[in-house]
Amino acid sequence: MTVDWAHFTPWASLAGGLLIGVAAAMLVLLNGRVAGVSGILGGLLSARAGEIGWRFAFIGGLLAAPAVARLVAALPAPRIEAGFATLVVAGLAVGIGTSYGSGCTSGHGVCGISRLSPRSLVATAAFMLAGMATVYLWRQLA
Amino acid sequence: MNALGAFVAGLVFGIGLILSGMTDPGKVIGFLDVAGNWDPSLALVMGGAVLVGFFAFGLAGRRGRSFLGGAMELPQRRDIDTRLVAGSVVFGIGWGLAGFCPGPALVSFGSGQDKAAVFVAAMLLGMLAYTAAERLIHEPRRRAKA
Repeated sequence: MTVDWAHFTPWASLAGGLLIGVAAAMLVLLNGRVAGVSGILGGLLSARAGEIGWRFAFIGGLLAAPAVARLVAALPAPRIEAGFATLVVAGLAVGIGTSYGSGCTSGHGVCGISRLSPRSLVATAAFMLAGMATVYLWRQLA
Repeated sequence: MNALGAFVAGLVFGIGLILSGMTDPGKVIGFLDVAGNWDPSLALVMGGAVLVGFFAFGLAGRRGRSFLGGAMELPQRRDIDTRLVAGSVVFGIGWGLAGFCPGPALVSFGSGQDKAAVFVAAMLLGMLAYTAAERLIHEPRRRAKA
């Protein structure tokens, strides 16, 4: 392992992370909900009355974020190596996996760990290790 | 008010994801590439978020109602079961393959990235498939009880 000093952005990472924390704080203190994106999306699919408005609003905020960010600075181009087939397989895996696992990086990783939830600690460890193993194998096979 | 609060929360969340570089799959995979050229950034993102979240959820846990007057709906389960672990592993595999997870994928889709749109569509399909499968599995049992 070598540290990728060229890409490591400690201050932007910390600042962005603090903002994410503030956003999660807003949602839980104002709306009484966990800012877990997979759960917010999934809840839309099995929609009950009273459950739809705030979910659409939150997702709307996520979708509008780039437009707001662009008012300040141009967005850097993302590096997306995955081709069409990989994106489809990955998307399906994320959709199914987060449903069975009851959460993702925001739900378990940020909110769950903030609550010191044993479930979320285990889930986070599981998806981190799985992600790392996947990248390792991909690098070996490619 | 609820919808406005949720919208602003989503907006701030998205801006945080953009600022921290989490909407760049290259940065995410750089973090997951522990055996190669490792970019620790994601750890600091999560650390920063939990730093704030710890206090916010601590406060939330002590309240019965949100500041806007609604119910405080925090997950109550404490058990660790196969679904949790297996689901998380499958999610992790998908995450490692594309470098996208739900939040950043939506933000990236919002910024006009075609590849993010493909991922989001597949992700929604996966969630729908899960919802349908769960209904199918539990439906016959319900009918038998009736």
